[in-house]
Amino acid sequence: MIDRKQVLHVARLARLRLDDEEVERMSAELSSILDHVETMAELDIEGVEPTSRVVDAENVMRADDVAASLPRDAALANAPDPASGSFRVPSPQA
Amino acid sequence: MSDVRDLSVAAGLAAIEARDLAAAEWADAYAGLPDELGAYLWRPDEPIGGEEGPLGGVPVAVKDIFCIEDVPTTAGSRILENYLPPYTATAVERLLGAGASVLGKTNMDEFAMGSSNENSAYGDVRNPWDTDRVPGGSSGGSAAAVAGGLAPCALGTDTGGSIRQPAAFCGVVGLKPTYGSISRSGMIAFASSLDQCGPFTRTVADAALLLRVMQGADPRDTTSTGIAAGVEMPSREDLSGVRVGVPRELASEAEGMEDGVREVMERTIALCESLGATVAETSLPNARYGISAYYVIAPAEASANLARYDGVRFGERVAAEGLDDMYELTRAAGFGPEVKRRIMLGTYALSSGYYDAYYGRAQRVRTLIARDFENAFADHDVLLTPTSPTVAFPLGSRTDDPLAMYMADYCTVPMSLAGVPAISIPGGLAAAPDGGPELPVGVQLVGPAFGETALLDAAHALESAIGFDTNAAWRGGADA
Amino acid sequence: MPESPDYEPVIGLEIHIQLQTETKMFCGCKLEFGAEPNTHTCPVCLGHPGALPMTNEQAVEYAIRVGLALGCEIAPRSIFHRKNYFYPDNPKAYQISQYDIPICSGGRLGDVRIHRAHLEEDAAKLTHVGESGRIHGSDASLVDFNRGGTPLIEIVTEPDIHDPAEAREWLTLLRETIRQLGVSDVNMEEGSLRADGNVSIRPVGSKELGVKTELKNMNSFRFLERGIAAEIERQKAIVASGGRVEQETLHFDPASGSLTSLRSKEEAHDYRYFPEPDLLPLAPSPEHVEEVRASLPELPAERRVRYESELGLSPDAAKLLAYDAALASFYEEAVAAEPDVDPIVVANWVTGELVAASREAGFEHPAETKADAAGVGAVARMVDGKEISRGSGRELLAELVANGGDPAEVSERLGLTSDDGDDLAAIVAAAIEAQPDAAAKVKAGEGKAIGAIIGVVMRETKGRADGGEATRLIREQLGL
Ligand SMILES: [Zn+2]
Repeated sequence: MIDRKQVLHVARLARLRLDDEEVERMSAELSSILDHVETMAELDIEGVEPTSRVVDAENVMRADDVAASLPRDAALANAPDPASGSFRVPSPQA
Repeated sequence: MSDVRDLSVAAGLAAIEARDLAAAEWADAYAGLPDELGAYLWRPDEPIGGEEGPLGGVPVAVKDIFCIEDVPTTAGSRILENYLPPYTATAVERLLGAGASVLGKTNMDEFAMGSSNENSAYGDVRNPWDTDRVPGGSSGGSAAAVAGGLAPCALGTDTGGSIRQPAAFCGVVGLKPTYGSISRSGMIAFASSLDQCGPFTRTVADAALLLRVMQGADPRDTTSTGIAAGVEMPSREDLSGVRVGVPRELASEAEGMEDGVREVMERTIALCESLGATVAETSLPNARYGISAYYVIAPAEASANLARYDGVRFGERVAAEGLDDMYELTRAAGFGPEVKRRIMLGTYALSSGYYDAYYGRAQRVRTLIARDFENAFADHDVLLTPTSPTVAFPLGSRTDDPLAMYMADYCTVPMSLAGVPAISIPGGLAAAPDGGPELPVGVQLVGPAFGETALLDAAHALESAIGFDTNAAWRGGADA
Repeated sequence: MPESPDYEPVIGLEIHIQLQTETKMFCGCKLEFGAEPNTHTCPVCLGHPGALPMTNEQAVEYAIRVGLALGCEIAPRSIFHRKNYFYPDNPKAYQISQYDIPICSGGRLGDVRIHRAHLEEDAAKLTHVGESGRIHGSDASLVDFNRGGTPLIEIVTEPDIHDPAEAREWLTLLRETIRQLGVSDVNMEEGSLRADGNVSIRPVGSKELGVKTELKNMNSFRFLERGIAAEIERQKAIVASGGRVEQETLHFDPASGSLTSLRSKEEAHDYRYFPEPDLLPLAPSPEHVEEVRASLPELPAERRVRYESELGLSPDAAKLLAYDAALASFYEEAVAAEPDVDPIVVANWVTGELVAASREAGFEHPAETKADAAGVGAVARMVDGKEISRGSGRELLAELVANGGDPAEVSERLGLTSDDGDDLAAIVAAAIEAQPDAAAKVKAGEGKAIGAIIGVVMRETKGRADGGEATRLIREQLGL
């Protein structure tokens, strides 16, 4: 069961503004999905290693060689609010 | 030839080779066709590319999850409505490099989250077999385009079944290669440890043709290892000596499997035997926990992958005074309900105090499922399951029940978790439980990691024996 | 009534060091300090959809060097994690870092144990703009992603430091060590070396750790010392008035010397770390680690031990020389040039007279003057062998520092060869006679009065007399 308060906390972590109706619906839907997910608890996982990735390789790296960067116009082309050759945002401290 | 649009990739290439077809004509045959299915989100005035090469002239539709430089790329989301990527995905680059030409970008569930294509911000896609039904998802537009005669082949992505399930619903071939075969660079991430690019085609041989061009290690994706042994063109005509395993958890014991699907499975098993295969029941004991593990791992990774849509560097922004207001309003307006649901689910599963119970446990269940496949492949060369427990369902019938929608991936998710290759081919037609015309049923063949050559060979032999007409839907079933 | 206990500070440091690679940690963008904003970016370091990180092997190599220099164990297999948080300088909204398996763990530098050292990527540069131009009250910020993605190594010490001056001194040792490894320019002003402090206090004798606060933004060695000192005083005052120290992050303002709380309390941080699926493990082979170890230069801490144990230098002189690589090699060259002179004598000339003379002459570093190491060694020999007086030696050194030359020739030219050592006693006697009042005061214990007598000695010797020797003779002759 994931209650209203938890929904709001998680929404805050995820930077999602939910209206009251969404909070209610999210609480019900997430609870029902998690109920199903929790069937995993039936399995004995003692001593089983977690799998984070299925690729069986390591040390895949690149040499420290310079590659072309984007022209600044291209870097800023999609910016919602470009200013002074930079990406402008509302101040974090405002 | 009656219509250029009848041509498979292999047949078209042969026609060009024989000078029966000019390379440019092939793409022209598709350009400007009316798109009544809603398969495309964007089509260029002139097809892009189409040079010399092993796929010279092959027209291909590309799921809108692949970045193409300066071509609108939305991933089916409002938040990327006006986004023009500054670079091109490796898979697309390789196709273009081999001479293919891009017909357009296809519709999809927002950020590949969905099994019906009803989560696109830009409208539903309709199943060419019955336009009141879903094409499956998330690569619904690509599947519908190929089945609907709007492209001879298409690119999709598969995270938990997003190529195989729509291929099954639309009656075409859909291949999810081994994780790591094809670079993910430029493919907009949903769940990084599961996402894999693959082709939709009308034949298994065509899938091999596209895979051969796209697969291989890419310096832009450290997890792309490529298929070291390469991929041979399939040539097998029978299945003699092939040990086929049918995992009971995904077949006879699968919950919610429709009778029509069951019948097609039985017919397919009989066909395998008649082709010389030995068919035996086997077990993937932990596969039934696949959906549980998947719906923790995929949303968790997605919650991080989708955090970059924050209105700072690209994408739509909702202006606000304060930074946090800007973030929260931008994301609230930009994402649809299913994406929000999964971001919430994933954020919750990773949050302090819940990690071990959800994410940590799901990763261990993933290990168990991967081991199940290893064990099964000790005794079997390929596994056979239905691709989906059901045929295509009516539009709107599952949108109010997320969990019911998630169960559509029941038979495809375990392979994604294990990273092994799987292909859905049309097994035949079956009646839907709620009436209406007969609809395609997909059967799924699964092979061990990087065993694409043998898997495609088996699928090719079975496909020939089944004799399904993948052009039937758009030709109105005339030749079916 | 129990007395209020004395409190002991407990200090740990977290140091971020930018590694001096050509390119960024996970993409090929060039690293260049002070370039025009956003001229060194690409889809990867802007966090564009579909872009994937690719690890810079030079950064990993540098991290191994740092780890070995700090006596750490190099993990046979370490992985990257995603650290999730929203901020405009964090383009993916997660930072790629290391979490439970860092590349380096356990170690020691000087008297301080190292807890761990791990690799991560730096944030972009955020500039606050607005009416006031200050953090508070500004209305917008500009983001420049040139710096974003610079490789960082974060070094975390155990809480083994108990004094602000010790913290500063240890950080100096760390800086010199890193500098000599050639992996960073460790410049605090440019931000390539950044230190945060974890500070707590506890009753003397207690083994428990108190509640710690985190001090940010101490961007010079002086501010580090002052900030920590201010925080210790603040905590002592809280405890003295019966309060409790609260866990928080503080910003030190060097201008006012005040500490302000950085983060609002309502937002408890939950970084939701999970393994980065886009990157594969780092697994340096034992052979490779040994190769790197063999290539390390002699480092300050080892050199200091050698100077004390082999050359017999005092701890202070050993530290002064050993922590400054250029001065250390200058010193060793001087010692080598004069094998018959006691290395302690040479050390006194290098750390004392040479440092003073070069500062006087306006040189940035004593090893950069016109005097070469052999010349300084020769001066030490000439004075030690009483060829010239100490005062003459100083004059000779000043000339060599300013204009260089052969010490014997310069000495001759300046008329310094005659030994005035024997005459000093007579000059002192005359000076005492000339200053009877001062002599009486010195005898009565008024030490300062000796200055008048020394003044006469210096006038008579034209400043060549050794002040120390003159003082000794005055006191001797006055029977003190
Ligand atoms: Zn870059």
